[in-house]
Parts: sequence; C-alpha cells; structure tokens
Amino acid sequence: MIDFATLLIVFREVIEAGLIVGIVLAATAGVPHRSRFVTLGVAGGVAGAGLVAAFAGEIASLFQGSGQELFNASILLLAVAMLTWHNVWMASHGREMARELRAAGYQVKTGERTLAALAVVVGVAVLREGSEVVLFLYGIVAQGGATAAAMTMGGVLGVAAGAVVSALIFYGLLAIPAGRLFQVTSWLITLLAAGMAAQAVLFLQNGGYINMLDAGVWNSSWLLADDSIAGRLLHTLIGYVQEPDGAQLIAYGLTIAVMLGLMRAVGTREPARRLKTA
Amino acid sequence: MYKFPPLAALLAVAAPALADGSFFVAPARADAPTILTLQNHKFSPNVIRIKANQPAMITMVNKDATAEEFDSSDLKVEKVVAGNQSGNIRIRALKPGTYKFMGEYHAATAQGIVIAQ
Repeated sequence: MIDFATLLIVFREVIEAGLIVGIVLAATAGVPHRSRFVTLGVAGGVAGAGLVAAFAGEIASLFQGSGQELFNASILLLAVAMLTWHNVWMASHGREMARELRAAGYQVKTGERTLAALAVVVGVAVLREGSEVVLFLYGIVAQGGATAAAMTMGGVLGVAAGAVVSALIFYGLLAIPAGRLFQVTSWLITLLAAGMAAQAVLFLQNGGYINMLDAGVWNSSWLLADDSIAGRLLHTLIGYVQEPDGAQLIAYGLTIAVMLGLMRAVGTREPARRLKTA
Repeated sequence: MYKFPPLAALLAVAAPALADGSFFVAPARADAPTILTLQNHKFSPNVIRIKANQPAMITMVNKDATAEEFDSSDLKVEKVVAGNQSGNIRIRALKPGTYKFMGEYHAATAQGIVIAQ
C-alpha cells in the first residue's frame, strides 16, 4: 500500500530542491569537478536538514520567538548573494572563456571559483526543503502502525519521482544549444535569486522585522494558485506568489536590477580593457 | 547603460521609512494573541475570529509529540512548531474575509479558518 498524500508532499519538496540543483548543474555544464561540488552541496544540505529538523524548536525560540523566520531569511539571502556572485563572475569571464577557449587550466580556475558559491546554493536549497521532509517523515515514523508503512512507501516513491522530474528538467536545459545555454541559465539564476529575495522579505515580515508596504498589490489566485503544483514550481523557479505585497515586489525588482547592473558593468568593462591592450 | 526608472521610484517610496527607522520596528500588538491548540493533529478552535485591518498574533500550542507546520497561502505564513512547543504566528492586517490554514504534515485532519471582520 502507498499513501498518496505522503507521496505528493515529499514529491513537491524534492522537486523544489531538485529544480535548483538542475539549474546549477546546467549552468555549470562542462566545468570540471562540478559534480564533486554539487554532491558536496547536496550532502551538506541533507546533513543540515537533519540538524535543522532536530533543533527546529530551539531555532524557533531564538530571537524572541522569531528565530525560524530570521534563519530562513538569512539562508535565502546567502543564496541570493552566491547566485549574484556566480552570474557576475560568469558575465565577466564566461565571455572570454567562450571566445578564446584557450588554456583548459583557465577554465578550471574560473569555473571552480563559482562552483563553491553554487555548492552553497544547492546546500541551502536541499537544507530548506529537506528539513521539511525530515520533520514530516519523522512524524510518520513516530506514529507507527500499518499506515506508517504505507506512508513511508509513499515517501520513498515521492523522493524517486521528484528526482526523475528534476533530472528531466536538467536534460531539458541541456538540450538548449551550448551558445544559448549560458544566456538561459543566467536568466534562470537571476529570476531564482529575485524570487528568493522576495521570500526572504516575507520571512522578515512574518518575523516582525519589516512591516511596511505589506498590503497585497494584486491577487492572481484565480489564474494560478500558490497551492497548485504549477504555482509551486513557478514559485521556486521565478518566485511566483499569488498575492505579492509592495515590499516583496521591491526586493524582487531590486535584485534583478542589481544583478543585471553588475553583470552589465563587468561584462562591458572586460572586453573594452582587452581591446586597448591588444 | 541600463535605465531603471522603477528603481528610483521604489527608493523614493522606501527612503522615508528607512530614514525614520519604521522599516525595522516590530509591529505594535494591539490585542492579546489568540491561542490555537493542536492536539491529535486537529486545531482547536478551528475558527479564529480577528479584527480586520489590523495586525494580529496567533500563538500555536502544539500538544502533539511531532512537529507541525502552520501553513496558509491565504495568510502568507509557513511556520514550523516543534512537538510539545509553541510558536507565535504574525497575521498581517487583513481585509474582511475568510482565510484558510492547515497543518501541512497532517492536512487531512489539521484544518481551520481565520475570519477577519
């Protein structure tokens, strides 16, 4: 027997983390040693998820009861910083890498620089979604009985199904021609970061740290509800929420503006300098 | 170079609040928090009435041994409360209406609504 409610909840959490892993893998296609870094990120995330789940109560009670919100906001903002660094670095060096393709050693160096940052992003994604899965599955095991077996079975299948969908997304991205792939992953990473920044704002609001511009600006739940699978996927990918408020929209727009501004600044500076010296 | 007209507008909106410090100040809590108890994966009360158009606080007391996540896309809240612990849930100022919430780990039984009026 399989419990489908369990399958669905685990599947959902696994795809949310898996989407991010898939994008990171596609963004680093061809960079040597990237699988080691991504594996490290996943392993770190799983270990962290166990710890976060075990100390959920302690984290929650920190900082006048808003430790959980502060913790979530912090790790999201860390991921935003790492994604920004990756995109900016690739904007300044990726172009040269693609144009010249000269020494393999150069590629290794530039690639590995941001691999560490992306490993952190993977770790954070797995940690966030993973701690929910751990808490949920622990609750099932703690209950015991015949339904627990069915729910555990559902959980295992959920992990497997989530992994398959994540792999499909990864291979789908790889089907994009190499020249375009860099462009596509840059945009995906930009929107991923913007969505994470907006969600960090939401956690800061719920923790009581930000309380301005918190009225919903629009409500598109009639079109795409947050609770639907498509809504959740788009939430992870581009930060979709059915009813964003002013502060979240500012964070979203600001992240895109800063990211594009920095990428544009380093991307145009580099070739210009190279032309002068040539 | 890129132009960001929205950015300038956004900063114009955000600057006064940053300047007077109201951006990072905890909201004033007008009323005592509503106590929401979770036991046997069911909420009690499962209908919570709060005043519309002002922030409110719900204190969720989890009497089950396992953790539960108070989850509501209507209220824009996701908060994990560990087993045998309690947690504060901030509710932003709501328009009058009905808002659903659930315990995500036991959605079959842990259901409730907030009515703002």
